Amino acid sequence: MNLRRLTLIAAGIVIIWQVVVWLTGVPPYILPGPLRVARAAAIHWESLITHALTTLAEIIVGLLVGTALGTISALGMIASRSLKRWLLPVLVISQAIPVFTLAPLLVIWLGYGMGSKVAMAVLIIYFPVTAAFFDGLRSTEPEWLELTNVMNASPLAVIKHIRIPAALPSFASGLRVATAVAPIGAVVGEWVGSSQGLGFYMLHANARMQIDAMFAALAVLAVLALGLYFAIDKIMTKMIYWQKIEEEEE
Amino acid sequence: MTGNHISSDQSASPSIFLENVNFSYKGEDLFQSLDFKVEGGLWTCFIGPSGVGKSTFLRLISGSIQEGFTGSIRFENRKTGKGLTAWMAQKDLLLPWLSVVDNVCLGARLRGEITGEIREKAVMLIQGVGLGDYIRSLPSELSGGMRQRVALLRTFMEDRPVILMDEPFSALDALTRLKLQDIAADLVKGATVLMVTHDPLEALRLGHRIHVMNGKPATLSKPLIPPGNPPRKPGERTIISLQADLLNLLEAEGSP
Repeated sequence: MNLRRLTLIAAGIVIIWQVVVWLTGVPPYILPGPLRVARAAAIHWESLITHALTTLAEIIVGLLVGTALGTISALGMIASRSLKRWLLPVLVISQAIPVFTLAPLLVIWLGYGMGSKVAMAVLIIYFPVTAAFFDGLRSTEPEWLELTNVMNASPLAVIKHIRIPAALPSFASGLRVATAVAPIGAVVGEWVGSSQGLGFYMLHANARMQIDAMFAALAVLAVLALGLYFAIDKIMTKMIYWQKIEEEEE
Repeated sequence: MTGNHISSDQSASPSIFLENVNFSYKGEDLFQSLDFKVEGGLWTCFIGPSGVGKSTFLRLISGSIQEGFTGSIRFENRKTGKGLTAWMAQKDLLLPWLSVVDNVCLGARLRGEITGEIREKAVMLIQGVGLGDYIRSLPSELSGGMRQRVALLRTFMEDRPVILMDEPFSALDALTRLKLQDIAADLVKGATVLMVTHDPLEALRLGHRIHVMNGKPATLSKPLIPPGNPPRKPGERTIISLQADLLNLLEAEGSP
């Protein structure tokens, strides 16, 4: 995905949207056109930015904590067979519970502030990060392991020098998924109970029938999520420098 | 090429004794009470049809196969084979995220023994095989032949008295293969080398001893001992006629 194509797609969507509004004459309190939304964004930009910063902070802290926990879990499972035997079923069971249903509980436990939203984001990204990284760690090329075994490498050295770098591409795809879903966690948390953030703002605007402001918040959220995704994607591509070269050669 | 030989002292390169070795895989007996001696300090080639167990034979000696076999594999004057062998496979197994020099030093890095001296030695070796311009390159920037040269140096850097090679040059084109055989012969002189190959010419160029491996369970033929010292020239008349003999032998044993 490159940025130019993305801009074109966004422009296409906006044009179609405007045309649909014109053709159907749908009232603005049901579906406001993009022009109207832009006007609302221009009016409310100060509060939009304040709320966006709150949501962004929740997402980033959630990503950091979730990624750290996922990385540690995956490494633990590859280093210790008994940890793997206990943790793996827990991971699978945790996925059987829709995390959104936990949101009201989290708000009760952790309050209206940032804590419950971060926890929500962590819950939602922990699994993709852990699963992807663990999968990468355990599917190391067996012939590499055979070679390093003949070289008398310790298991720890093999994890550090072979398994972790070899698992980075899988880790990166896990992290990309996590980055894409983390905003959902934060916003759902805000819907259930909060006094700040884009999710809160949207609920508020919705309740007051300010549909154009709601759409403006939605657009800000989309830009936020995309920006974050591309930033992470860029960092990952830098980190896995050897793959870039391989792709360029193709 | 400079004379970077492992050791001219042949007693440092042990003979290997296999006694009453049995191994079966998925219900098939690959080896049954196999007795065999690998001569120390010589290059021994194993040639035979696919699936006969040549690679398994090497893996038993490298210690990669720990389970499912009985019998004894003994290294002359040593208690264990651990730390005695170096391994080279058909795939170069270079780590794509490490530079050429770091790949060559992989063993030392993994054992936490990496020093400036080791890196310097690696750089010298890399220059010696004509890859001086690629010391900091990543493997993806190299051709297949260049990559296999790096793999050869990595094997040699291990400085082990026993070197196990599983069809190391079979993925290369004919000319590159000949060049790499020369480099290999120079580098590992004096070590106990076991090499599996499909290529009769390769065996005849490099082997002090050549054994044909055949059958289920596999048996090893009496050694064929080509005249002269490796690396022999591919055009030598004796080599060409021996190649025909070896092909005949393979064909005869391949069709029971």
